[in-house]
Parts: sequence; structure tokens; C-alpha cells
Amino acid sequence: MMQGMAKFHGYRRADPGTQPDHLHPPYVSSIKRAPSRPLVYLPHTLSEVTGPSFDSSAIDVKASDLTRQHHGEPLGERIIVSGRVLDEDGRPAAHTLIEVWQANAAGRYRHNVDQHNAPLDPNFEGSGHTLTDEQGNFRFITIRPGAYPWRNHYNAWRPAHIHFSVFGPAFATRLITQMYFPGDALLPFDPIFNCTADERARNRLISLFDWETTVCEQSLGYRFDIILSGRDSTPWEK
Amino acid sequence: MSLQATTSQTVGPFFQIGLARFYIDDLTGLGFSGETIEIEGRVFDGDGQPVPDGVIEIWQADAQGKYAHPEFSEEPKSIQKNDLKPKGHAQAQQVRAEFRGFGRVPTQADGSFRFKTIKPGRVSAPDGTLQAPHIAISIFTRGLLRRLVTRIYFPDEPSNAEDFALKLVEAARRHTLIAKKLRPGRLEWNVVLQGVDETVFFDC
Repeated sequence: MMQGMAKFHGYRRADPGTQPDHLHPPYVSSIKRAPSRPLVYLPHTLSEVTGPSFDSSAIDVKASDLTRQHHGEPLGERIIVSGRVLDEDGRPAAHTLIEVWQANAAGRYRHNVDQHNAPLDPNFEGSGHTLTDEQGNFRFITIRPGAYPWRNHYNAWRPAHIHFSVFGPAFATRLITQMYFPGDALLPFDPIFNCTADERARNRLISLFDWETTVCEQSLGYRFDIILSGRDSTPWEK
Repeated sequence: MSLQATTSQTVGPFFQIGLARFYIDDLTGLGFSGETIEIEGRVFDGDGQPVPDGVIEIWQADAQGKYAHPEFSEEPKSIQKNDLKPKGHAQAQQVRAEFRGFGRVPTQADGSFRFKTIKPGRVSAPDGTLQAPHIAISIFTRGLLRRLVTRIYFPDEPSNAEDFALKLVEAARRHTLIAKKLRPGRLEWNVVLQGVDETVFFDC
């Protein structure tokens, strides 16, 4: 039988306002890079409902602890960031790849393009990855990243954030986002955080401080659940 | 009560720190059937300037039109350690045994990217027809708040004329999705993010 001839379900599209528009002029870099033509609606085909998966052999088990990648410990406030990757129906995304990257505690990335006048930390790469478990759980140990200036507008500062890249089960569920911290005074002024019109949707990018995962005398815990598109309830039929 | 998908954010300029481990610019392996092809191109912004801080992800079927996806395959075809390049090496450690169909390449200072793969076979469309051979592409760059989704099609393919997705695109813009032949086994496909001859991007 030809592959994919069985009925399959596409993935749901975002509710209006819950995802950013491509053009968001306060974020200056979007002005020359956002498409100007309307996107062409593509019903999901086999190409969009399939996607890559990653074997545990491709994973460095040490990569989920960003504080143990060098001989010494990085400077900064140790934190545990944990959560679940679920779809919109609450089903876990099992064994899916999560990649994270972030600035160090001083607000500097280990990247040659980052010219911010803040020190690099010889004990911090700022890079991690892991697979979720059967229930979609993940857990990273890291340090709280610092805020840093950028040149979007005069005296612009990015709130502290951690970049997250997630695959999920299909090409259609691919997501790259950023996690923020509760109570960050810079959030109301950040054009990237504020690019999403729906206030509740953007506030879900703010992690929750969590006593349950805080480890006594060791690290504060933050929770960040990631929700990927759910599957359409009605299958495609000719 | 249904949950709502997490909002997208830009990949920013520093993604290499987080995404480089899974950079894969050669999807081929010994013993795969199919036509080996190299695809190269550049990414441009609305001023025609190269985009040096972007990353392109590749997803495609094998030469027989099969995707390495658990829903459609019982064999493990997920990406293994051997598919990754050890630091400082140009090639993956060993030749992979199965076609995985996934690649990821960053753009260079001149906006260029390049990858090597095999020409995919045809896969079915929801309307029961067969799609023309194509590669599904995700584009992330600084300045893009959401991923851009597009496709690469192949020149000299009669099946392009009846392709499910190409038919959704107005005729005058379809050429932006079809690679140009440079010489045998070598194709060029450029991405224009904005403006005249803007690449077709899909709502996916």
C-alpha cells in the first residue's frame, strides 16, 4: 500500500492574535525581513504531518545541566527550568528534542556577534539540549541569564530570557520561542515579548516560579510548559 | 478544555550556540538509491541585502517517497549520533545506514547556504493525487518572529504542473519555489524574504 494513503489528520492553526504577525515595526529587524505578500494557505499533506525524530544516542546526557559543562561552576544564580511539552489536547510530546541557548549571568552570549561589553564566563557555554520523556517532561539545570542591551532603539534592553527550540511530532508543530521570568521589569518595554497581540498568549511565555521544583539550599525552580499545535479532529478525505 | 499553542518568538542572532549540534548539511549515505543533488542558494532581505544570520531546516522523503517518521515506518529512522559531525570534523563519524530526511544549515556572511541530499520521490496528497517531488523548508532568522515555511521543487519535472501545493500558488509566483539547474546534480534556489520576486511562503 502506498505510504500515507490511510486517512490522516492535519494540525490545527493558531487562534487569531495568539501568534505574532511577521511584521511588528517596533521590532526593527522585522521591517525588512517580514514577507509583504499574504501567506498561501497550505492544507497539511504527508510532508507537514511527518517530521524528524531524534534517537537517544544523538543526545549528550550532560547537555541538560548547563552548570556542569566545564571544570568550574558558572557564576550566577543556579536555577532549574522544568516543564512539559504537550499538544493543545494535553497529550504529551514524548521523546522530542528540545534545544536551549541563553546569555550568561552578566548578559553576554558566547557568540562572536555579541559585542556587549560584559564579561564572558569561562565556565558557561549557554547551550543545552535534551529529549522529553514518555510524559513530555523535561528538566534543565542552568543559571539565570542576565538582561542585556541591544540596538533596536535608544536604551533598549532585552529582559532575561532563555531560547527554546522544540520539534514535536511533525513538521507542522515545529516551534522556536523564548521563556521569560516572572516580575521582570523590562517585559512591558520589550518589542519581541510584546509582538503577540493576545495578552494572555504572550504572558504564557513567562515561566512560573515553582516551590515544588526548587531544591533546598541549591537552586530555585521555574516551570515552563510548551504547547504545540493539536491535531484536527476531522481527517482529510477526498 | 483545550490548551493553546505557545506563541513563537524570533530565533535571534545567537542561535548557533543552541542549534549547531544538529547542523546536518549532508543527508546522503552510501547505499541509498536515488539521485544525489547539491542545492545552494542565498537568502535576501527586502533591500536585497544578504541575510547572514538565518538557519534553514530541511525535511523530505526518500527517493521512494517514504518519510522516516514513526507513524509510517516500523524501523527506527530517528537521527542517531552517527548522523552528527563531531566537533572539528567535516564529515559525520560514519556513513548512516538509513535515510533520515532531516537537515539544518545556517546562512553564511554572504547569505549563502548549501546542502547535499537525494532527490525525494513523490508522496501522496490529501486529494489522492501524488505530489511532485519537493523538500519542505523552514526558515528562521533574526527579525523573523515566526518560522517561514516554503518548499523547494525541481526543474524539468512534468509533475510540477499538477502538484497539490503549487496549484494553490498564483502562476506568476510559482517559479520562486522551483530550483534552477546549474549543472547536472547541482541546483540553485534563492530565498527573497520580501519585495519584488518575494518567495512564496505558506501558512502551515
